[in-house]
Amino acid sequence: MTRLRIPPTAIFGIIVLALFIGFALIGPWIVPYDPETTVGRTWSGPSAEFWLGTDNIGRDILSRVISGARTTIGLALVTTLLSFAIGVSLGIFAAVAGPRVDAFLSRVIDMFLSVPVLIMALIVLTALGSSIPTLILTIALLDSTRVYLVARAVAVDVATRDFVDVARLRGESLPWIMAHEILPNALPPLISEFGLRFCFNFLYVASLSFLGLGVQPPQADWGGMVRENGQAISFGILAPIWPALAIAIVTVAVNLIVDWLLSRNVRPSGASAEL
Amino acid sequence: MGRYIAIRLALGLVTLISVTVLVFVATNLLPGDAATEILGRGATPETLARFREQLGLDDPLVLRYGKWLWDLLHGDLGQSLTTQTPIAETIWPRLVSTLRLAGLTALVSVPLAIGLGILSAAHEGTALDRVLAIGALAAISFPEFFTAYLLILVFSVKLGWFPNLSTIFPEMGFWESLHAMVLPIVALACLVTAHMMRMTRTSILSVMSQPYIEMAFLKGVPRGAVITRHALPNAAAPIIAVVAMNLAYLVVGIVVIEVVFVYPGLGQYMVDAVAKRDIPVVQACGLIFGIAFIGLNLVSDILAVLVNPRLRSPNRGR
Amino acid sequence: MAQDPILEIRNLRIEAQEHVLVDDVSLTLRRGEVLGLIGESGAGKSTIALAAMGYARAGCRITGGEIRIDATDLRRIGVTGRQGYRGVRIAYVAQSAAASFNPAMRLVDQICESPLRHRQMTKAEAQARAVALLGRLGLPDPQALARKYPHEVSGGQLQRAMAAMAVIGRPDILVFDEPTTALDVTTQLEVLALIKKIIAEEHSAALYISHDLAVVSQLADRIMVLRGGKMVELGTCAQILTAPRECYTAALVAERDHSQPMMRPLPADPGPPVLRVQKVEAAYGRTRVLQGVTLDLHRGETFAVVGESGSGKSTLAKVLTGLLPPVAGRVALDGRPLPEGYRSRSAEELRRIQLIHQLPDMSLNPRQSIGKIVGRPAALRLGLKGAGLRSRVEELLALVGLPAAFADRQPPQLSGGQKQRVAIARALAAEPDILICDEPTSALDQLIADDILRLLVRLQDELGLSYLFITHDLGIVRRIAHRTLVLLQGQTVAVGPTAEVFAEPMHPYTRNLLVSVPQMKPGWLEAVMAEKTVHK
Repeated sequence: MTRLRIPPTAIFGIIVLALFIGFALIGPWIVPYDPETTVGRTWSGPSAEFWLGTDNIGRDILSRVISGARTTIGLALVTTLLSFAIGVSLGIFAAVAGPRVDAFLSRVIDMFLSVPVLIMALIVLTALGSSIPTLILTIALLDSTRVYLVARAVAVDVATRDFVDVARLRGESLPWIMAHEILPNALPPLISEFGLRFCFNFLYVASLSFLGLGVQPPQADWGGMVRENGQAISFGILAPIWPALAIAIVTVAVNLIVDWLLSRNVRPSGASAEL
Repeated sequence: MGRYIAIRLALGLVTLISVTVLVFVATNLLPGDAATEILGRGATPETLARFREQLGLDDPLVLRYGKWLWDLLHGDLGQSLTTQTPIAETIWPRLVSTLRLAGLTALVSVPLAIGLGILSAAHEGTALDRVLAIGALAAISFPEFFTAYLLILVFSVKLGWFPNLSTIFPEMGFWESLHAMVLPIVALACLVTAHMMRMTRTSILSVMSQPYIEMAFLKGVPRGAVITRHALPNAAAPIIAVVAMNLAYLVVGIVVIEVVFVYPGLGQYMVDAVAKRDIPVVQACGLIFGIAFIGLNLVSDILAVLVNPRLRSPNRGR
Repeated sequence: MAQDPILEIRNLRIEAQEHVLVDDVSLTLRRGEVLGLIGESGAGKSTIALAAMGYARAGCRITGGEIRIDATDLRRIGVTGRQGYRGVRIAYVAQSAAASFNPAMRLVDQICESPLRHRQMTKAEAQARAVALLGRLGLPDPQALARKYPHEVSGGQLQRAMAAMAVIGRPDILVFDEPTTALDVTTQLEVLALIKKIIAEEHSAALYISHDLAVVSQLADRIMVLRGGKMVELGTCAQILTAPRECYTAALVAERDHSQPMMRPLPADPGPPVLRVQKVEAAYGRTRVLQGVTLDLHRGETFAVVGESGSGKSTLAKVLTGLLPPVAGRVALDGRPLPEGYRSRSAEELRRIQLIHQLPDMSLNPRQSIGKIVGRPAALRLGLKGAGLRSRVEELLALVGLPAAFADRQPPQLSGGQKQRVAIARALAAEPDILICDEPTSALDQLIADDILRLLVRLQDELGLSYLFITHDLGIVRRIAHRTLVLLQGQTVAVGPTAEVFAEPMHPYTRNLLVSVPQMKPGWLEAVMAEKTVHK
C-alpha cells in the first residue's frame, strides 16, 4: 500500500469545496442580510457595510452569493447524481446484456450525443418552459448519455475478465452480475468522472441561468446574479464578477480534486524517462 | 478505406436525420395545448385559432414532421412567430458572423493548443508542465462569462483598448470589425485552447508510454527526434479527433460569448428566440448548431482514418 | 587484451519511488562472451539490462554504482553522451517485437535509423546492410519485407527484424531481454538458433535475460542468478547447472529435471467415461477453430490437450463449459447429452463442470473477499449460510493449503500462487466431478507452478476428480497426464496414452513439439538444429 500523499493543489480544492458546501448547508443562518430584500443603494461598491457591495436593486451581494450556493451547487449535484444513476446502470446493462442490446442502446445514445447538451437544453426548455424539475431532468437525461459512454467502456473492460464468465457459469442472474461483479469494479474509475460531469453540469446550470432559462428570480443563484448585474461591468463595477468568481472557484476546486484522483493512477510515461 | 469512409458518411446522414427528429420532437413536447401556453390565457379564440393553424398544430405529428423536413430540404426554414418574416433571411448573415467568430478563434487556438500540448508532454513532470497544467485547469474551470467579464474589465474599462460590445455592422471595414472582435475571440480561445491542450498532452503521453518509444531511446535517438519522428505520427489521429471535438464544443461556447458581447450571431439570435419562445427560430438555430456539431465529428473521424497507417496501408503496402 | 572487460557494472543500485529494484549488483562482460541473467518475476533482470545502456524507465532512478563501457562511465557523460553509445556500442532486443516497432514507420526506416543518426553509414549502405541482414536471419524476400509496416509482418518475423535492427550498427554488446518468451516453442527454437549464430558471426558480447534456465544454458558462457534485485549466484554455465552453490539455484535447476510422472496410474478398467466429446467443431464467425475433436474423460483421469497458440485448445474449454456453443458434434455428461449453451444447462450440470483459468488476476474479482469468492458457489448451489458457510469456506481453504484467516482478505493482497489456490478452492466449492484447467500454471513462476501441479495431483487422489488439462508445456503433460491429445490448427494430430503419444513412431508435428522444448543439456540446441536439417 502506498502512503496517502495529497498534493497541496488538491488540499486547496478540498478546503474550498468544503467551505462552499458549508455555505450551502448553513447559508441561511450566517448571511449578514436577507438575500432577497433591498438593503442599500444600487451597485454600491465593496464597503465595510457590504463586503462585496450591492446588486442592481440594492441587495447585499455577499448574502446572495452565500445563499446562492445551496441552489447552484445543489442543482448541479442532484443533476449529476441522477445522470449517473441513469448512465451507469444503462452502461453496465449494455456491457453484460449481449451484443444486440448493446448495439441498440449505443445507437440510441449516439443520436442524443449528436446534439450539444446546451443547445438541446435550450430547445427543450423553450418548449417546456423553465422550472427547476424540468431543468434537472433535461440536463440529467442529456448528460447521462455522456456518462453512459464512459460507464459502458469501463464495464465492457470489466465484463471481459474471467470472473464474470465464472459468475455466468455458476448460474447467477444478470442483475446479480451487474451489482456484485461489475459495479464494484467499475465505480472507482468512475469517481473522477463524477467530478468531471459535476463540473460540466455546474457550468451548464450556471450558463442556462445566465441566459435566463435556469433558476427564476428572485431566488438567488449565481448564474442568474451574473445576468442581473451584467450591465454593471461597463461602468467598471464588480457586481457581476463576484457570483461568476464563485462559480469559477468551485469548478477549479472540483477540477483540482479530480486531477489528483486521476493522477494517482497515472504512471509517468516514457516521456520523462530521459530527462 | 474508401468503404470505411462511405460507411462513415452514411452513418453521418442517419445521425443528421435523427437530429432533425430530435429537434422536432423536442419542440413539440409541450404538454397540453402549445398555442394557449405560448400566447397566454388571455388570448382571444380567433388569435388562438390563427396561431394553431400557423403552427399546423391540428395535423398529426408525423405529417407535421414530414412537411417541416420537406420545407427544410427546399431551404425554407419557416417564419418567425414574432417578426412574421422568413427565418432564412435573418439567419444567413448571423450564421456568417458566427462562422467568422468561430473560424478566427480556431485559427488562434488550434496551433496554440497543439504547440502547448506538445511542449507540455515533452516536459512531463517539470515546472513548465505544471504551470501549463494549472493555467489550463483554470481556463477550463472558468465559465465563459467570467473570462469575458474579466477581459472587459481589464482591456475595455480600465485600459480602453477594445470596445466592451462587439456590435458589428456590414459597413465596417475588416480591421475595424476585427478590432471589435478581439475580446470575444480571446475569451473563447482561452477555453477551447485549454481543453485541446490538455487532450493533446494526454494523447501524446499515451503514445510515449509505448514500448517503441523506449526502443527509439535505446537506439540512441535524441529526445526531440523521438517526439517528432516516433510519437507525433502515432498521436496524429487522436489529436485530430481532439481538435474536431473541441471545435464542436466551440459551437456551444459561442452562445454565451455572443450574449455577453452582444455579438450579432446565431447564438444571440437563438437565445433571443428562446426568451420570446419563438419556436420555429429555435428549431432552425438548433438544427444548424446540430449540423455543425455532426459535421465536425464526421470530419474528425475521416481525417483520423487518413492519417492512420494501419487503416491506410492495405492499399499501399504492396 | 581479450581479457579486458568491455562492459563493467559496479555496485549498481536502482530505486523506484518506494522500493529498491536492484541492490548492489556488479557484473563484467568480456569481448565475445555471453552472460545469462536469470530470475523469476521481480528479480530485476530487465532493469539491469536497461541500466547497462544507461537507461532507467520512467519512475525508476539509477541511484548508485558505475556502468562502464571500456573506461567510460555512462552515468557521467550526460544524455547526449549516452545517445552516442546506444545503437553504436551497445544495442537492445526487446521481448515484444510487435510492440517495439513503431506502427507508423516502414521496417527498413526503423532498422536503419540508428546507423544513419550516428552517421555510421550512408543511406544506401545502411539499407543494403539491412536487407542483407534480414536475408541472413532467414527471412524470405527481404527486399519486399523491409518495405512493409510492422502490422503486415508476423510476430516471429518481427522478432528477427528486431535482431537485425540491433546488429546493424555492429555494436560490441547486445542486450537480449527475454527475446523468445512471447513465441511458440517451435518458433522459439529457430529464433534461439539464429540469435546464437548472429552473436558468433558479429563477434559481439551479449547479456541474455530470461526466466528459463534451459534457454539461457544454451547460449550463455556464464550465468548470474538474481532474486528480488540481488545477486544470488554467479558462475560458469556448467557450474550452475551441475554444482549450484546456493539452495535457490539448486531448486531452479532441480525442478526442470523432473520428468518422472507425478500422477497415480489409472485402474485397468476405468469404467464408463464421465465426459464424452464426439466430433466437436467450433468456429468464431466463419473461422473454423476446432475440427472434429473426439475424446473420453474417465473418473480420476487427467487428459491433457496440447497445442501452440491458435491450435484451438482454449476454444475446446469454452465449448465444454458452454460459453461457446459448438457448430457440430456432441458432448455427453455421464451418458446424457449436455445442452450446448450454458444458459440451457441445469444447475446440476453447471455445478459438475468447473473451470480454472490461466490468470488468477482475471478470474478472481478483486473487490470481493476470499470468503465471498469461495463461499458463493456453496451458498448458491448448496444453500449454506452463516456459520455453516464460514466453516465450509475454511475447510476449502485448508484443502488447497491456505490459512483460514485468508477468508477476510481480498485478492490484491495475495501472491500469484495463492490466488490460483483460491481459484481452485472456488471450483471445489461447487463439488464438481470435472475440472477444466486452462493453462493454470503458465502465468506463474516455475517453483510456484510446480507447487500448484502437486496440489492438483493431490486433490485428484483425495477427491477422485477428472481433469481436462489444457497446456502448451510438454514438460507438464508428461508429468501429470494419463492421456494426451495433440492439436494443430484445430485438428487432432495424435491422441492416446501419454507415453504412447510421445513414443516412436511419432507424428512429425508431435516430434517437432517435443524436440523444441528447451533442455539444460549442453549442446542441445546444436543437436536439435542438426537433427532438423537432416529431417528436411
